[in-house]
Amino acid sequence: MRGSFSTITKMFSAGAVTAGLLMSVPARAADDTIKVGILHSLSGTMAISETTLKDAMLMLIEEQNAKGGLLGKKLEAVVVDPASNWPLFAEKARELISKNKVAAVFGCWTSVSRKSVLPVFSELDNILFYPVQYEGEESERNVFYTGAAPNQQAIPAVDYLMSEDGGSVKRWVLEGTDYVYPRTTNKILEAYLKAKGVAAEDIMVNYTPFGFSDWQTEVAAIKKFGSAGKKTAVVSTVNGDANVPFYKELGNQGIKAEDIPVMAFSVGEEELAGLDTAPLVGHLAAWNYFQSIDTPENAKFIADWHKFIKNDKRTTNDPMEAHYVGFNMWVKAVEKAGTTDPDKVIDAVIGVSVPNLTGGYSTMMPNHHITKPVLIGEIQADGQFETVSQTPGLVMGDEWSDYLADSKDLISDWRAPLSCGNFNVATGKCGGKGTN
Amino acid sequence: MILTRAIGLTLLLLLGMLSPSNAAEADLRAIIAKFATASNFSATEAVVRELAATGDTAVERPLGALAEGDLYVRKADSLVFIGKAAGGSVALLDPLSGEKSGDAAKSEITKIKVNNTLRRAIRDALGTLTLGAKDPAARIAAADTMFRTPDATNIEPLDAAIASETVASVKALLEQARAASVLVSDRPEADKLAAVALIGGRGDRNALSLLTAIEANSEGAVKDAATAAIANINSTLALWDAGQNIWYGISLGSVLLLAAIGLAITFGVMGVINMAHGEMVMLGAYTTFVVQEVIRTSFPGLFDWSLVIALPLAFSVAALVGLVIERGVIRFLYGRPLETLLATWGVSLILQQAVRTIFGPTNQEVGNPSWMSGSFYIGQLAVTWNRLWILVFALGVFAVLLYVMKRTPWGLQMRAVTANRRMAASMGIRTPWVDALTFALGSGIAGIAGVALSQIDNVSPNLGRGYIIDSFMVVVFGGVGNLWGTLVGAFSLGIVNKFLEPYAGAVLGKIVVLVLIILFIQKRPRGLFALKGRSVEA
Repeated sequence: MRGSFSTITKMFSAGAVTAGLLMSVPARAADDTIKVGILHSLSGTMAISETTLKDAMLMLIEEQNAKGGLLGKKLEAVVVDPASNWPLFAEKARELISKNKVAAVFGCWTSVSRKSVLPVFSELDNILFYPVQYEGEESERNVFYTGAAPNQQAIPAVDYLMSEDGGSVKRWVLEGTDYVYPRTTNKILEAYLKAKGVAAEDIMVNYTPFGFSDWQTEVAAIKKFGSAGKKTAVVSTVNGDANVPFYKELGNQGIKAEDIPVMAFSVGEEELAGLDTAPLVGHLAAWNYFQSIDTPENAKFIADWHKFIKNDKRTTNDPMEAHYVGFNMWVKAVEKAGTTDPDKVIDAVIGVSVPNLTGGYSTMMPNHHITKPVLIGEIQADGQFETVSQTPGLVMGDEWSDYLADSKDLISDWRAPLSCGNFNVATGKCGGKGTN
Repeated sequence: MILTRAIGLTLLLLLGMLSPSNAAEADLRAIIAKFATASNFSATEAVVRELAATGDTAVERPLGALAEGDLYVRKADSLVFIGKAAGGSVALLDPLSGEKSGDAAKSEITKIKVNNTLRRAIRDALGTLTLGAKDPAARIAAADTMFRTPDATNIEPLDAAIASETVASVKALLEQARAASVLVSDRPEADKLAAVALIGGRGDRNALSLLTAIEANSEGAVKDAATAAIANINSTLALWDAGQNIWYGISLGSVLLLAAIGLAITFGVMGVINMAHGEMVMLGAYTTFVVQEVIRTSFPGLFDWSLVIALPLAFSVAALVGLVIERGVIRFLYGRPLETLLATWGVSLILQQAVRTIFGPTNQEVGNPSWMSGSFYIGQLAVTWNRLWILVFALGVFAVLLYVMKRTPWGLQMRAVTANRRMAASMGIRTPWVDALTFALGSGIAGIAGVALSQIDNVSPNLGRGYIIDSFMVVVFGGVGNLWGTLVGAFSLGIVNKFLEPYAGAVLGKIVVLVLIILFIQKRPRGLFALKGRSVEA
């Protein structure tokens, strides 16, 4: 039923956006600046998450300009608003590349928005830096994935829960919002858990719609599933807005983290900011960055962010760090290539290493994914996470999961001479089939 | 004066030295000091176990603080303190006596980290220690913990506790905890069979969980008894599950009713397709947020009253905005439903973006007052307080609205204008003002619905979006123009939805409900309770 209204939303928001855009693009000569596109929703359902990333990008660009710009030119941000409307993402991406002639685009949050812009980026040959954890099963020549692939978030999180420190969990609830990221991630996790010897009756998978708010039945079902005499945990890929009522219901029905911990992949500092976290202490999240990380780089980043946004209560989060890493990689690659020409930059960025905020270096790999540390954090009463476990070294993003039959033989390597995103090592041909 | 004080102090010191607990206290302090050198979780856990093994009830304070994450080590001298954050600095309290012994900046101390495994260990340790506590609630908590973590060594302390227990209900819990421990001990079979019977009588999920584990790990008569008890509990729980579904359905129905009741006025009575209805709900929720912010900063003692204070304010804010919308936009569009739909949709986008600009796109934190947190049990049915209060509130709002519509002159005028505008006008009713006030009333009701919904949902600019479809569904299903229809419609949709959800899942359940409504509307285009009369046909 929502579909019938979305056409109307589109009409209105498209109008609003066009009006906004006409005002936001200054009429300046194109030669003396390098333009950087920012493609994040500033209105609609995803505005809650994506607006922050737009601000983070503006801050990074401002800082780079203060350092003297890039190749002797100033950087100029071009902000557009795709209004949480997936087809509009493709239109806006086209506009950024063809009309505004941006050198690279930083943007997208949901997988469906990324899928919708892919053809535009390969047709017009530009670069997209995608900063959010995602389901994998993709590697495109024009896209650089600075968020976590499943093996950089989901698999280590499950490993932690299975370990003695994590409570030796034997029974699993995979709870997710009904769309591509949770479904693919849960498919990978199910295969992984079964490979680890978990019986099928010890896994419960459940999906709920976007923005779901009445969690009574689901939480009661989790309680029931958890009373089978085995240690139970919930792995949650519940997205965005639905999390607040979910955690409230868990707290109200008295499910404590000591009994049934919830490990979330989409709950960060930003989501907790809208929540009374006292009943949630001890529930877990897996990310590659937490605001509470104690490093000088992170302290500076947080201070800069508070200064830029003029509000010292605003939190930082994992996708912001991904943009920080991605932007610095792009800057370094442009300096290395001596040009902003996307073709040259795509080749130059592979192998580039930049400092991340957790006290190490992240490197762009030939599969267009980066190396990251994986952190498991527990929610604290102040809405921050405390790291309780960390992978010993950096984990390399694995785009084609080894646990799915369709993708276990696939690899990707965008260096010449292979230059292929889905090379099948079993058949020796480029163009294998993924699950998507 | 000084002399007496000096003598008093000396006496106190002497007493302190003489008291037998002093040596024990020094031992405890020595163990607590080990927290400072524990480098990982398992080392900390070893210290926790050592503290618990002393059996001294004084360790309750440091262990409790550790579980809360309030135990700190001062970097300068590696001493362990309980820290209470006060403003920018942390007040340091002695871990045993709880007396204040100084302040420290956050950078001067390190927190002793805890994880879930550690919290569980602390809870188990505290369980045994608080068995003899004065407060029955603490003894109940102890019995509960020991029931869930049975251990053969628990039997003796439990026997002692049962012998000295005076409250019957606590005694029963202690006996169940003892039975659980008997099952994992090497006591004779007859004891175990009695234990299974006792636990089976408890009949809740914890008992089920325990018996399932016992069934898997034992054999012979005990296993058979456990199997029988499990089957017995399961059949009782199945009944409770049905009751639970009905309660959840009623609760969902009350939310639907709250969301739809304002629309039952603006759309149902006035016939305005009001797409900005959800935003009125959102404005009410944001008013609650603002009220709570003011209370948090200026009158923290009033927090439990925040919702009551927010109610009239939310009503006024939403009613005022509704009035402006009616006077500014809608009154020019009566009788043109398509334009009204588009215009109010535009208004809803404007309101959303305005709130986003003022408050930011992120969720705002609206706290639950203490009387709306937690849950209680009726048999095996967990009833959460917030859902119960929302149900009471929804019915209250409905009753008030019904009274206004049916028993006041204003309500009479509203119904007259709806039934026959020209006739009403010729009787001297100022129809434009009745329209404006009716719209304001509907909006205001949506506003107070927002106060209640802020307790269970996100307070974000998108709040209204989630409710607009459901609200229209309820009003159309119940019968346009009929308040009773809205009531019955809301509860029947809620219950049907919650009965479908466990079998079909939330996504499919929602689809099935939509299909059912479409089919129903085919059969009865005017909904459950259709209005009769000439005006309807016009």
